[in-house]
Amino acid sequence: MTMTTTADIHEPTFLAGDEFSIPTFRLLQQDGTLFEGATAPELDQAQALAIYRAMVATRVLDERMLAAQRQGRLSFYMQCTGEEASVVGATAALDDADMIMAQYREQGALIYRGFTFDEFMNQLFGNELDYGKGRQMPIHYGSRKLHYMTISSPLATQIPQATGYAYGQKLAGDGQCTAVFFGEGAASEGDFHAALNMAAVHEVPVIFFCRNNGYAISTPSIEQFAADGVAPRAFGYRMHVIRVDGNDILAVHTATREARRIAVEHNQPVLIEAMSYRLAAHSSSDDPSGYRSKKEEEAWREKDPILRMQCWLNEQGWWSEDEEKALQESLRREVLETMKRAEKRPPPPLDSLVTDVYADVTPELQRQLDALKRHVRRYPEAYPKGARALDPDVQADDTAAKGEK
Amino acid sequence: MPTMNMLQAINNALDIAMGEDDKVLCFGEDVGSFGGVFRATSHLQEKYGRARCFNTPLVEQGIIGFANGLAAQGSVPVAEIQFADYIFPAFDQIVNETAKFRYRSGDLFNVGGLTIRAPYGGGISGGLYHSQSPEAYFAHTPGLKIVVPRDPYQAKGLLLAAIRDPDPVLFFEPKRLYRAAVGEVPEEDYQLPIGEAEVIREGSDVTLVGWGAQMEVIERAVELAEKDGISCEVIDLRSLLPWDQETVAESVLKTGRLVITHEAPRTGGFAGEIAAAIQERCFLYLESPIARVTGLDTPFPLTLEKEYLPDHLKIVEAIRDSVNF
Ligand SMILES: Cc1ncc(C[n+]2csc(CCOP(=O)(O)OP(=O)(O)O)c2C)c(N)n1
Repeated sequence: MTMTTTADIHEPTFLAGDEFSIPTFRLLQQDGTLFEGATAPELDQAQALAIYRAMVATRVLDERMLAAQRQGRLSFYMQCTGEEASVVGATAALDDADMIMAQYREQGALIYRGFTFDEFMNQLFGNELDYGKGRQMPIHYGSRKLHYMTISSPLATQIPQATGYAYGQKLAGDGQCTAVFFGEGAASEGDFHAALNMAAVHEVPVIFFCRNNGYAISTPSIEQFAADGVAPRAFGYRMHVIRVDGNDILAVHTATREARRIAVEHNQPVLIEAMSYRLAAHSSSDDPSGYRSKKEEEAWREKDPILRMQCWLNEQGWWSEDEEKALQESLRREVLETMKRAEKRPPPPLDSLVTDVYADVTPELQRQLDALKRHVRRYPEAYPKGARALDPDVQADDTAAKGEK
Repeated sequence: MPTMNMLQAINNALDIAMGEDDKVLCFGEDVGSFGGVFRATSHLQEKYGRARCFNTPLVEQGIIGFANGLAAQGSVPVAEIQFADYIFPAFDQIVNETAKFRYRSGDLFNVGGLTIRAPYGGGISGGLYHSQSPEAYFAHTPGLKIVVPRDPYQAKGLLLAAIRDPDPVLFFEPKRLYRAAVGEVPEEDYQLPIGEAEVIREGSDVTLVGWGAQMEVIERAVELAEKDGISCEVIDLRSLLPWDQETVAESVLKTGRLVITHEAPRTGGFAGEIAAAIQERCFLYLESPIARVTGLDTPFPLTLEKEYLPDHLKIVEAIRDSVNF
């Protein structure tokens, strides 16, 4: 065991936190051309377009669903707007079988991996087809098939879990790693520090991906930490770190690909801090005009990651205005159609109230469910969803009635 | 007398406490210039400055650990936890530190100045993680006080009492009522007692006990029961720790029946504690088993939230069963 102190000194010389500042990795300029001296990653046309489609689909889904929330069709929504390049760019650099543990604003990762709009809508409307059985608020997606851990609302809890999951992957020797996403706000939680420390000590193939979008609800990052962002913390744990322009798809993709290589080949954790901006409100319940200026938002709108990538695709001769129009239109149509389908679906069965608490329903839970069913039968009009979810017959009638409207 | 909703009443209480004593500080996530996600701390930073009302980094264990230290130093922190569901990262600080400061030091040190505010409860389409009622976890911890107001008037009087109480207080605010509950609230300073229940309706057939957002639900059930000719006595416990056994026992000695309701799951819920204590004291006077109307022993659901919640219909059924036993 060695303690690495490089040299002894005999004067009280303090090192100050602000002596560190970390550069930002950038490849792509807003006009779609590369910075001088920058090299684009090896991305063929097909993969570049797949990435772009996922970013646009994320934007379209977000716009439509926020509108649906405003119309009262949906109780709640959260947008990824402004951060599509970070999320999709990172996901595209992973192996499809790598585990993703997200915070909540990473729908772009799911879209890239092939989660269908129907799957999104079933969760958003909490209907009988929702994998989470209507238990969680909208946007708490999960997919075993796509290696995307179901979202949990308590912040940062997924970060040490990612360390554990990735340690298991290392032991399994399957060559996979885990990428965990979180905001710069969540990086204040104790769980974040615990996760990085354990990952470094146990040499775990995990990528910590911080989406630094400037705000945690209303709290600006300058009130979140005094340091130069989240990245310098990696030094304290002796960990690889890179800061990247989160609106630059090529830089995010390159950095994540390299991070994955370090993680999987050397069993070393990596921290990526993607600098971006939350262009939208925190959630559909939030109004950012109470804590930041339109001017600030406008300045960031000019750095739109989707437009930047579009310019680059045009430069490559891989994309045209007609294709753009067709893509937008077909996505909009698909979102609306799938939303209508999901809205009409009945709620999950009443039994789903007591299943999955344990592997088997306990006798006490069965008693509680039986009592509840007797009660709902007595007052069906007071529990329209419960009554509909009680008997398949009632349900069928109701669905038919709704379908006619 | 002005009318206020519960948020305004809470804001007003904080304003009074900060105005009167410059040792009082308010902080938490988004609490500063934005005034909190529910706006309970609106304008306090403008009025009292950034040193006394501020945003913290997003770390609950930090917020409460910091608050414990501040309170030990003699300041009067009012720390906000954004949702009661997110109080658990601070569980160690609350249960092992806040609660035991005075005891372990032989009263050399205490954190009696501390008040922790947290919005709790369901009925807002919040699902698993924005609906919990975690009071029972804390009610198992000697050294804490737990207070839950039912309306704006109570909220202001109880919060002022909590801030000035010599012991640390967990103040759970029923967020479903934040804007929904509106009532007359005196502009001036007043306090309501911690540790005392309130009989809010007198009756002779059955005693109903609840707290916070359940009080409104109980009232609706009672109206239905009275149509059946059942006379209900309604008690708002207001404080869960310590809780007012006297008032509840006295009522049950009179009515012979007790129905307790809370949103939290049944097993290990605080209704169990009340039921046990009351049967010890009133066993020979009970005409029917003590009934509990509670959430299910499951996490809090979303789509079927209405089915999960103990509502007026479930309570009125319990009242009828109790009376017809
Ligand atoms: C433990 C915990 N505390 C508080 C909250 C409430 N909350 C939800 S999102 C949020 C802000 C998160 O900000 P950040 O991590 O920066 O991510 P962003 O929303 O900016 O993407 C807060 C405080 C929570 N979900 N969990």
